[in-house]
Amino acid sequence: MRKKENYGYLFIAPFFIVFILLQLYPIIYTFYLSFTNLSSANPGGEWVGWANYARLLTDQFFHKSIVNTWRIWIMNFIPQLIFAVMLAAILTRARIRGASIFRGIYFLPNLVTAASVGILFNVMLGWQSGTINQILVALGIIDEANKIHFLASGAWTSTFVSLILWWMWFGHSMILFMAAMVAVPQEYYDAAAVDGAGAWQSFWKITLPLIRPIMIYVLVTSLIGGLNNFDIPFVIGEGQNLGTGGPEKSILTMVMHMYNLAFTAGRQRGYAAAIAVILFVMVLIFSLIIFKLMTRREEMAGRVLPRP
Amino acid sequence: MQEHVLPAVPARAKERKAVKPARRLKPGQVVGRIFLYLFLILLAVICFTPFYLMIINATRSTVEINRGLSLIPGKSLIDNYITMQQSMNIWRGFLNSLIVAVPSTLLAAYFGALTAYAFSKFNFRGNRALFWVVLGTMMIPVQLGIIGYFQMAVTLRLVNTYWVLILPSIATGSTVFFLKMYMDANLDSALLEAARVDGSSELGIFHRIVLPISLPGIATMSILNFIFTWNNYLTPLVMLFDKDKFTLPILIALVKGTYKQNLGASYLAVAISIVPIMIAFVLFSNYIIAGVTAGALKE
Repeated sequence: MRKKENYGYLFIAPFFIVFILLQLYPIIYTFYLSFTNLSSANPGGEWVGWANYARLLTDQFFHKSIVNTWRIWIMNFIPQLIFAVMLAAILTRARIRGASIFRGIYFLPNLVTAASVGILFNVMLGWQSGTINQILVALGIIDEANKIHFLASGAWTSTFVSLILWWMWFGHSMILFMAAMVAVPQEYYDAAAVDGAGAWQSFWKITLPLIRPIMIYVLVTSLIGGLNNFDIPFVIGEGQNLGTGGPEKSILTMVMHMYNLAFTAGRQRGYAAAIAVILFVMVLIFSLIIFKLMTRREEMAGRVLPRP
Repeated sequence: MQEHVLPAVPARAKERKAVKPARRLKPGQVVGRIFLYLFLILLAVICFTPFYLMIINATRSTVEINRGLSLIPGKSLIDNYITMQQSMNIWRGFLNSLIVAVPSTLLAAYFGALTAYAFSKFNFRGNRALFWVVLGTMMIPVQLGIIGYFQMAVTLRLVNTYWVLILPSIATGSTVFFLKMYMDANLDSALLEAARVDGSSELGIFHRIVLPISLPGIATMSILNFIFTWNNYLTPLVMLFDKDKFTLPILIALVKGTYKQNLGASYLAVAISIVPIMIAFVLFSNYIIAGVTAGALKE
């Protein structure tokens, strides 16, 4: 019998070897590099202590990128959460005809290559011949002479990045909430109805508390994804170049700033690595805060993540 | 809290079922339903319109696109295709994306199933703790280690190869998690014991019994893994230098610089990268939704 159990170690070995070598080690190595001056000028990369972190304190673009990253995420997440919960409740409880078709259509944008979506909207947001301006003209919202030069405005560009992320992700969150709501026993609602609760009260008193674990999951995964936002802001800006950060650098995100520093002219990889570390710390701290704030003690043990 | 009301439920449920056929909506409710459907349809239009206009504009000339909005296709598909092909080999990008995505998906499926099988059916010491590590790997975004990974690939002379893109998929945490749940529910330990008694090797049991039984679960995760690898942008962007090695998302992102003056060709290139995913979704939507949901739910 002991011999058989050893096969367990053998079978999980490839996973853990690859995880340690190709995922964990690169992160640790990135931590190390953040204390060096590795760059085109210093290909050897000497130890510089906390110098890179000190430089981050005075890097205007870095500060801007933190604000941008959070703003873009929050402006997408709040409407995303509202639409996702509301639609999930409607599609699971309001006896909608064709609910699964709606579900499919709402989810579709999530599967499509984000880089392609960014380019698609780059073309659609064009000034004189952009499709979105043409739609606004066709609907009579603006007239032909007053087409909006969206991609020349920092505020518009940032707003559209958030809108696109909302468009890509509300269906995804909705599907998760639907799965959680379907699992709520019908008896609870029937019992509440006996006690005279209306649909609205049932939603607040039964549905919302019971989908709380999924809510935490959606919040944490969305935050992690949002802090690592890259593809769409990287490609959507006007002009030929990628990764410009848009007008007034309003869509320069943290990962974009890191990429630009590490992989374009100058290749300041040591300095860029420090951004990765800050990002890592941010992800860790905010995930923990969310777990702490939103999780009751008994849920910590088994409900958020599956019991193995 | 609910206990004291629960006994009343079965009778109530029956009553509701009996009443349902005769149920009629009040005029106020009818108006409410109409608004509800209008809202749902409007949202569906918002979700689908960008794709629809993309496909329509891919068939229109730049002059037509400049002139204004159209909901019916034009006649310039072939012209746009020729223009697009002149400066970009999109099918090469398509092939490159397949060269990365197919082996990645297969590796994730095989090693994901192997790892899941060990966690599901072998009671080795540390099983629980190591499974938590697997769950933790799902939370780590690749962006955090990309600089270290690149430097490591340089040292190993693996930059500008597909290996750096394919090999990490051996450790796909979400696949292990999903398949462990699947095997816990669908894989009968008695069947495995019987095979052991018959003298099958452990790896033989995995190949001949575990893999075939888990195939529906593996298929679900593989569709998702394929789409995920297909859509991956940052890692290939960092790792690949040669234009003829570029995967589809990198090529598409270069569209901006390539066809400044030709909108039809731009739309067509984007459409070629998006339409296959749309087709895959129409064919496999139930699998895809099951896979997405499973990551977040306990059972």
